[in-house]
Amino acid sequence: MRLLRRRVDPLDYAGRIWMRTFFAMVFILLYAPVVLMMAFSFNDSKRNIVWRGFTTKYYEKAWNNDGLIEAFINSLTIAAINTIVATVLGAMVALLLWRFRFPFKSAYEGFMALPIVIPEICMGVAMLAFFSRIGWPTGMPWPLNLSAITIAHIAFSFPFVAIVVRARMAGFNRELEEASRDLGASEWQTFWHVIFPYMRPGLVAGALLAFTLSLDDFVITFFTSGPETVTFPVKVYSMVRFSVTPEVNAASTVLVAITLVVAALMLRVQRQGQAGSP
Amino acid sequence: MSIISIRNVTKKFVGITAVDNANIEIAANEFFAVLGPSGCGKTTLLRMLAGFETPTMGEILIDGVDVSTMAPNKRPVNMVFQSYAVFPHMTVLANVGYGLKVTGVSAAETRQRAEEALEMVQLAHLGERKPDQLSGGQRQRVALARALVKRPKVLLLDEPMSALDAKLREQMQLELTRLQEEVGITFVIVTHDQDEALSMADRIAVMQSGRVEQIATPELLYESPDSRFVADFIGKVNLLDGQVTGASDQGVTVEVAHLGRVTVPHSGRVQGVVSLAVRPEKIRMAVSRPDSGLAVQGRIVDWAYYGDTSHIHVQPASGPPMSVTVQNDTRSTIENGEVGDQVWLSWQAEDTLVLDR
Repeated sequence: MRLLRRRVDPLDYAGRIWMRTFFAMVFILLYAPVVLMMAFSFNDSKRNIVWRGFTTKYYEKAWNNDGLIEAFINSLTIAAINTIVATVLGAMVALLLWRFRFPFKSAYEGFMALPIVIPEICMGVAMLAFFSRIGWPTGMPWPLNLSAITIAHIAFSFPFVAIVVRARMAGFNRELEEASRDLGASEWQTFWHVIFPYMRPGLVAGALLAFTLSLDDFVITFFTSGPETVTFPVKVYSMVRFSVTPEVNAASTVLVAITLVVAALMLRVQRQGQAGSP
Repeated sequence: MSIISIRNVTKKFVGITAVDNANIEIAANEFFAVLGPSGCGKTTLLRMLAGFETPTMGEILIDGVDVSTMAPNKRPVNMVFQSYAVFPHMTVLANVGYGLKVTGVSAAETRQRAEEALEMVQLAHLGERKPDQLSGGQRQRVALARALVKRPKVLLLDEPMSALDAKLREQMQLELTRLQEEVGITFVIVTHDQDEALSMADRIAVMQSGRVEQIATPELLYESPDSRFVADFIGKVNLLDGQVTGASDQGVTVEVAHLGRVTVPHSGRVQGVVSLAVRPEKIRMAVSRPDSGLAVQGRIVDWAYYGDTSHIHVQPASGPPMSVTVQNDTRSTIENGEVGDQVWLSWQAEDTLVLDR
């Protein structure tokens, strides 16, 4: 009796053992550190190198660390304002590029995407130089003291929104717009009833990007933050410089949880928006 | 009185003249077709009626009002788009009610009228569906209902059948004619499909490279085309070039290479080189020379069998091959000849047209 070997097609890569091993390795290397970080946030050890038993006291400690909580609130505030402004701005840029023809359009398009390609460190230095040169006021009451960081975040995250929304609009059938006008709708009615619903999945994806970009940005924030305007990543960095305590792990775990919840919520909104679209 | 007057309308885009001095009068309750090959300007003409393009010159009147520069949402016309343009995020009912909702019609009346319109196109049972759950034919009915619910003075249709398969197309053609009689409004349809235009329209405007070549009823267009282009574009035609040698009360006398000197009825004045045109189905094929009419001898070079008819190509002594359509009206018709046979083609002088070259 002859044994027939199953033929493996080129794209059927999951059928090869070595490929599966490779996937498993990638998967482990990607997620093991996060899982470990979460696990060690419950570690009953100050040094946090060896597992010494389960505890939630570091969550309590992080909760009572005023500096950490303040940084946390700062980060969420900046991320929230950034998400709203960058999404609106990015969507407007996307609409402009999608809808209109004007001189130097391609040059404008390239300039708009610059913050995506410029190294973050250069952006950070540039922002620092810019804000000190124009004498941006410091020491204002909360939340105005976060304005410099927020402006910097908006500047580098709105192009991402613009690109995502633009890509979405490329698939829009202009006859839909004409049909709306033909049926008696004004330009504004057409925008809100026909164009906006089509744009929505792109807006959600863009907003999600802007939110996470802002929340975990370290480099640019580091250059634009003052002593009394510390964000979460900057605070964690300063804490880690002394020692990696389970307190940092605990705070980071909470941040991961918040990010996941926000992402899940937005994806849900997106799915609802997409239901029924072609 | 005409509901649409297109007067000296010209539309120029950068580099091309899409519509060149068009003059068309469309009567109320007429089913009017604009027919032409792709790129002839017919869609631009329709878009100017809808308000998506503004004429470069000339004026367009709808029901006596100059609408040349009026915004699309202010015009008493509605359009069925080639892609149907059904709003993907709305239910069928919301799609149909859209045009009423945005113009301030009350929610109750919108719903009632949208339901009536859906009933008219036999989609009443699908009101809650989303467009992606519908077939192409159903989506087209939604687009129709959505336009008709507005009770426009004119309904514009842009290549409405191009995305449907042959069976559905025929069914939709019948249904459109029925709907037009039912609602009693003017339909203007743009198409490149001559069968569609001939079978549905009361009158047809044939366009070629921006110009209106002829406006006539389907019968006149087919039997008495004004030009070589119209004769050739609508249906099939055999064209024989010849020299005019004289004219009399009986018509003109033309000298044609392998036909000899023939006299055919013609009312206009022609001279010089002309084309004699005869439709393939007007020609009879026989083994021996018939007694009357115009006759040409030739050899069968091609025989295409279509079931109800056969299309035969016959090569005369000189010139291009002539096509003949034979009705297979008995089961033995098919045995009447085969490729290589010498045959006589004949037709009546009054079935011959004289066209300028």
